[in-house]
Formats: sequence, C-alpha cells, structure tokens
Amino acid sequence: MAGQSLVGEAGRRGSGVRSDCWVGLEKTDSGGVQLNLTSKVGDLFGDSIRKVVLDTVKAFGCENLVLHVEDQGALPWVIQARVEAALRRSGLEPQNDPRPPARPAPRPDGTSQDRLRRSRLYLPGNEPKFAVNAGLHLPDGVILDLEDSVHPAEKDAARYMVRNALRCVDFGPAERMVRINQDELGLEDLDVVVPENPEMILIPKVETSGQIEQVQARIDAIQKDQGLEFPIWLMPILESAQGVENALDIALASPKVAALTIGLEDYTADLGVVKTPEGSETLWARSRLVNAARAAGVQAIDSVYGDVADEAGLLAWCQRSRAMGFQGMGCIHPRQIRIIHEGFAPSEKELEKALRIVSAFEDAEAKGLGVVSLGTKMIDRPVVLRAQKLVDQARDAGLLGEPAEEGEVTP
Amino acid sequence: MNDFEFVRNAAGRMVPTHVNGKAQTPFQGVGRFEPSESKQAPPIRSCRDYPADGDKQVPDLKTALERCGLRDGMTISSHHHLRNGDRVALKALEAARDLGVKDLMWFPSASFPCHEPVIDLMESGVVHHIEGSMNGPLGRYTSEGKMKGLGVLRSHGGRWQAIQDGDVHIDIAVIAAPTADSFGNANGSHGPSACGSLGFALADSIHADHVIVVTDNLVPFPCLPWQIQGNNVDFVVEVDSIGDPSKIVSGTTQITKSPDRLLIAEYVARFVRDAGIMKEGFSFQAGAGGIALAFAQYLKEMMVEAGTKARFVRGGSTQYLVEMLEEGLTDFILDGQTFDLAAVESIATNPTHVPTSPFTSYNYHGKGNFASMVDAVVLGATEVDVNFNGNVNTHSDGALLHGIGGWQNCLFSGCTILAVPAVRDRIPVLVDEVTTLTGPGELVDVVVTERGIAINPRREDLLDAVKDSSLPIRSLEEIKAEVEEIIGGKPQNPNLTDRPVAVIKWVDGTVLDTVWQLGDQDG
Repeated sequence: MAGQSLVGEAGRRGSGVRSDCWVGLEKTDSGGVQLNLTSKVGDLFGDSIRKVVLDTVKAFGCENLVLHVEDQGALPWVIQARVEAALRRSGLEPQNDPRPPARPAPRPDGTSQDRLRRSRLYLPGNEPKFAVNAGLHLPDGVILDLEDSVHPAEKDAARYMVRNALRCVDFGPAERMVRINQDELGLEDLDVVVPENPEMILIPKVETSGQIEQVQARIDAIQKDQGLEFPIWLMPILESAQGVENALDIALASPKVAALTIGLEDYTADLGVVKTPEGSETLWARSRLVNAARAAGVQAIDSVYGDVADEAGLLAWCQRSRAMGFQGMGCIHPRQIRIIHEGFAPSEKELEKALRIVSAFEDAEAKGLGVVSLGTKMIDRPVVLRAQKLVDQARDAGLLGEPAEEGEVTP
Repeated sequence: MNDFEFVRNAAGRMVPTHVNGKAQTPFQGVGRFEPSESKQAPPIRSCRDYPADGDKQVPDLKTALERCGLRDGMTISSHHHLRNGDRVALKALEAARDLGVKDLMWFPSASFPCHEPVIDLMESGVVHHIEGSMNGPLGRYTSEGKMKGLGVLRSHGGRWQAIQDGDVHIDIAVIAAPTADSFGNANGSHGPSACGSLGFALADSIHADHVIVVTDNLVPFPCLPWQIQGNNVDFVVEVDSIGDPSKIVSGTTQITKSPDRLLIAEYVARFVRDAGIMKEGFSFQAGAGGIALAFAQYLKEMMVEAGTKARFVRGGSTQYLVEMLEEGLTDFILDGQTFDLAAVESIATNPTHVPTSPFTSYNYHGKGNFASMVDAVVLGATEVDVNFNGNVNTHSDGALLHGIGGWQNCLFSGCTILAVPAVRDRIPVLVDEVTTLTGPGELVDVVVTERGIAINPRREDLLDAVKDSSLPIRSLEEIKAEVEEIIGGKPQNPNLTDRPVAVIKWVDGTVLDTVWQLGDQDG
C-alpha cells in the first residue's frame, strides 16, 4: 500500500474495478526506481506489467521513485496511460516519447466525407474496459468521448487513455471519432489526439461558425507541425437554440465538416421543455438541422435514444428519423446498433423500386435514349439520382451483397 | 503422501498410479476402456429388521448416524440440489464430529461456498478428504495443498459410474429432502424448501450401505411423487429447516446484459440455425449461465420465426425453458436440476416437465444415456486449446475453482458448442495447451467467441453446412493470435509445483489429468 507521501496518482482501485489499474507515486532522493505491484493477473503477466511501467518511467527520465501499482487485469496501453497520467500529475514531463508502440492503423487513408454513418457508439474516454470489443459490434463509428462522460478532475487522464486507444485498439471497420471538450480544453485535447489520426472530431455545444474555424485552425497547425496529411472530418453538435439557428453557417464553416448532429438533452434544457420519447418538441430543430445540412451538402445525424431496454421505441424513433431526412444516430449501448441499422435501412419495396429505376436508366443510356421510362411512367433525373444513392447506400450497408460489376445492378 | 508414482496417459498427461490408496487406470482414449466386472451392490437387508408400520423416524441426525454404525474412515455422501442454501451436509458432518469420529471421506455431488466450514472439519481431522466437485474456497484450500488426501473430481455421470462400479463405496448417504414421509419416500418438488428434482441423490439411495433422509416437510405416508424410494431408506430425521430457500433457487433468473456475451449467445443461436441443427423435432441443452440463457432466448425467437418446434430440451431449467414449454416450442423438458421458482413450480405441476437422474442422462457405464441423443449442447469453459481440448476446473493460474458438473457427459451430444469469451480481463481463454484437461478435443465441435466461430476440423460436415452463411467462421489459431496481440503476448506459465492435489476422472472412471499444488504467487 502507498505511504503518506504520494505525489501523484491516477486510475482506479478496488474490487469493483475491471480492466483498469491504479498507480501511486512517491518521490525519493535515492534507492532507484522501486515498483510495488499487486495484480490479479500477476502470475500470468507480472513481467509484462513491470516492463510497461518501467519503460514509461524511463521515458520520463526518473531515477529515484517508488511506484505502487494495483492492477485489475488492465491491458498494456491502459497501464501506460495510467502511469503517464500519474507521472505528469507529479509535475514531471517526458524526455522521450512515452507512448506505447502503435499497432498498424486499420485504415491508413482515412474515411470518405460521405461514408455510411448510421450508428456511432459512445465510449466513455476514461473507461478502458469497453474499448477493446467495441468494434466487434460493428457500429459505423465509435466515439471516444472526452467530454460529458469524463469527470472534470479526470480530463487529463482520459486524454492519454483515448490517445492510447487510438494507437492500440483495433476498432474494425468502424470510423474512429473523438468528442473533444468545449473551448480551450478542447483545443488542448486536439494536441494529444490529432497526431493519432482519428478520422473524425465531434465538437460539442457549437453555437457559431467561429468555434469550427478555431478547431480547424488548431488541427491544421498540429498537422503542419508534424507533417501529417490525414483527412480529419468534423461533426459539430448543436445543443442550443442559438446553435440550431446558426446551423447553416456552422455546416459551411470548414470544408472538413462532414455532418451536423444535435444533442437533444441540452437542447431541450435550453428551451425549457421536457424531452419525450416521441420528440415532437424538437421536431422543428431537427428539421432545421436536416435542411441546413442538405443546403451545405453534409450529412444530418440524429441524437441518441436514452432508454436501452426499449427496443421497439428505438426502432420507431429511427424510422421517423429516417423519414425526416436523417442518415443515422448515436448509440449508448452496443445492443442499439443492430436496431438502428434496421431502422435506417430502406424497406425492401423501396429498394426494389430503386433498383428498377437504376436499371431502366442504364438501359436508356446503353440505347442512347434521352428519356428514362419505367413501364408507362417517365422518370425525372432527380428521381434517378435518388434511386442511385439509395442503391449505393444499401450496397455499403451490405444489403445487396458484394458490389456488382459495372452496368449490372440486379442484386 | 509425497511418494507418488506417475504414468503418462493416452492424452499425454502425467497421472498418479494410486489415488487415496486405490490403484487407478489411466485414461486410455475416448471409448477405449473396457469394463469387465460386475456392478457393486449393497448388503441384502430384510424387512424383519425394519418397523412393520413403516415409521423409520429417529429424533436427530446424531442418532441416525450412530445407528448406521458410523465409525472412523467411513464415507458420507450428500447431494447438491439445495445448492448454496444447503444446511444438511454440514449438519451431518458436524454431528459426526460430535460423535468423535475422524478421517471421514465426504462425497458430495458438488460443493458450494456455504460448505466452506468443512475446511475447519478437515483441519481438525474429522474429514480426511473430499471426492466431489470442489468450488470456491474448498477448491482454493485443495489447490494450496492443505487437504490430506487427493481430491477426486468427477462429472455427474462419472459419480454415478463410480458408485455403481464400486470405485466409491458409500457407507452412509445423507439425503436432504424437501418433502418426505416417515417410511423414507421423498421428493424435491414440494415443500417450503422445494428444489425440483432429487436426481443427484438417486445413486446414493440405491447403492449406499445406509441411507438417511432428512426433511423439514414430513407428510403422512405416502409422499408422492417418490423420487427417492423409502424401501432404500434406513432412517428419517425431521429438522426445522434443511436450507435457505432464497439460496436454493433464485426468485428470477437474469439474462446477461453484457453486450459481448449477448453477441456470443447470438452467434451460437445463429450457428445452430444456419448449420441446420434447428429443425422440426430437434433437441438441445443449455445451462443457466448468462450466455446459455441468452442463447436460449435468441434461439426461441428464431424457432418462432421459422415455425420450428423441439421434441425435448434438457435442463437445468429456468423460467425461459418453462416459457418455451408452455408456449408449445418443445414437447418436453428433461430436467437434471431446477434453478428458479418458475421452474420449480413447473416441475411440480406440469407432467411434460420431467425430472431425470445422472443414470438416465449421463452414466457412461449404462446401456446408453440421453447425453449422446441431444442434437446440440452449449457449454462454457475456462480454457480451450488449439486442439479443442477444454478445461473447466482450473483457472489459467492453475488454481482449482470449479467442479465438472455434467460438462464431460454433455460432450457426447451431436454438436458440442463451447461458448466462451476469447479473453477475460486480459486472461486469454484460447491457449496453446489447457492447464488442466477436463475434456478431450475430439469431442468438442465448435468454439464460439465474440471474435468469431471456430469449427473443429474433424467436423467437415459442420464446416460445409455453414460455408455460405454470414457467420464469422475463423480458425481457432487465428482468433487466438488476435487475442494475444491485444493482451500483450502469451501469458507466462503458471507457477505450479510437482505435487498433485487432485485428479480429474474421465466418464469411464479412468484418470484424465492431475491438478498440481500452486507455487508462490506473483503480485
């Protein structure tokens, strides 16, 4: 157990803790680096834990130090983040790069601006146990959250945890997003996360285009400084009446804005109304967001559905949301992902009709006809485009199997 | 005690040639051991020695044990249908202590944390050693080498086999009974401490030299149904309470909320459907663990959607299986044990919810048993290795913490599925070689994890059946390598000594593996 002279500590301890650890530091003037380790997996990983801890201490150039580590099965990148947070909280700065070795990035070229974003799974940034398997549930995106799910006293620790998750965790095909904090704290978050090439940054409580410009400028500066060219998309979250009024300006504030979304808890609080499962009180704001997003050529993404147990309610919400023009929403539990994908999928009837329209269009093209017709009906150009988009999205969502050969559109 | 001789068995495991003074047969391979002797039989009794009016009641356990001729070195058995609420096994051993008896062998069908005080009885010499499933604190005590004899772990079917074949001679069986009459007829399905079936006590009642029934619900003759027949019973003891009902069965059984475990359960159900196992008149078995319960729920949805009905499902039963029975999705529940109030109520009132025993379900030395007739079974494991061998007894650090239950017996089903997380708190479940061998890999057909489904290459039929499905079929090695990258490499070898503390018996009574004493712990 730690003595009285702790100069820094980080992480969590106790029997209820899983996949995390606690680190406490005592500074000494002599005796070298001493490590007191208790671990429930000590018999199997004692050597590995000691190496991660001592490598981090070495990067900080400490020569005399007593470390107490209480481990509850934390992975190496988690242990590293906790040790680093404790060292920094002791007032120490690294002399060499302390970061754990990065695993190969799953998607070196980033994601496209208009990729499928039906579901995005929130992961509390300071809670490592949910991260490792998040990608297995196949959300379109994961959000490593530094904002509301992180206690104000843990903002620094969460940053290193999220940084390490971006470096070391395979999220599968999911787009890797980070929700930063507001204002200056958020800009500091960017210093830590941008070098790890997240594919999207969510910016909370946006009310003016200036906030987006500030974030974009910081990202540009960090990338320029480090010679990075990774495309990082932005998703502003509108959470107030003013934000909703400025939706179009915000969507146009940077060419990197890929989507607009809305936070209904804060928005209804701002309005002073009660949030209901039907959502009629936010109908206007959500419609306004959809229209602004469309006008700016970006995606419109809905809020989250808070009642995890109510699967039927979530499905109904998704279906209404899709009918309004939204392309996806957030998830607070992995079991919501499948329902959201179902709710945002086109119906079989819609899809069948779209496939017939696209097929008719391609027939007409092949025959050199200027007019597309289906049966006795003439098909307008915008209808063809909408059908093509629906078919493309359905294919991305795996509803049509593998992409077909050029010119062939039957499933 | 330290002079053991070892021999390498057919599974390549070093096992002792003698256990607690008896010569052993090492494991010969699945289906290779040929029994040649006759079954064990208890002494012939005459009804001239029993009261003609059928009243076998005596005032207390101490009197009953005394009149059974209890003396040093005897074997006392008990059953575990009262699970963690059991008050009878400990009372019987304490009564033996009060009689000044030493060096008993306790032979429970399983132990629970409520039996932790048996450690004191071992320390004081009343109990010499335990042969039975050792869970929790008793497993830890054994692992640390503190027990005098070797622990012997058997499956439910293996316990029946050992009693029937005479590998274990029970001197006195103490049977806790939720309802009984003074003749000794008894059942588990009725009374304030109802637990459902009494199947685990059946072999004891037939083969033990002496049988004592202990009840807190004595009814006038006849007690119906008579799951235990009074004609096998010597004495009946009435007590205030045989157990804590809240710990005997749970009020309700909860399905896991863990998203990863739900994902595993969903994969298992989809596998059973897509491999064509889920067809009209099929059968399956899934226990009361979190993944197994969720699997049953997912499969139920799929059965409803496809309009498919099962002929029978095997318990451990819960409200979820009872719902399937009542909704007409299965004709029968063939039940080994009963886990919650809804299931206890059902087995007492619904004639298509049928209690079974290890004899009908699991005994390998019988003329067949139900286990091999089940189309699919879903089981857990603490470790599975690249040869599909399974371990359910020890953790990866070598500590003995669980019994075998019906696990080994269930391996004989048409499709044996181990549903396991690939990693638990940094500890990998998929390993190069299991720490303890509980079941040979040739009987394990499918391993389902949250990171994919591995099919035993021996099962080309299953590989073929799902080759066009959307299921994530991968090799065990591939999933294992992925996990090892996540956890920071393979774990160190556990620190074990070369001193045996227990053996794992196979279903035919041969010795499958040895559990070794723990060395010094790190951290």
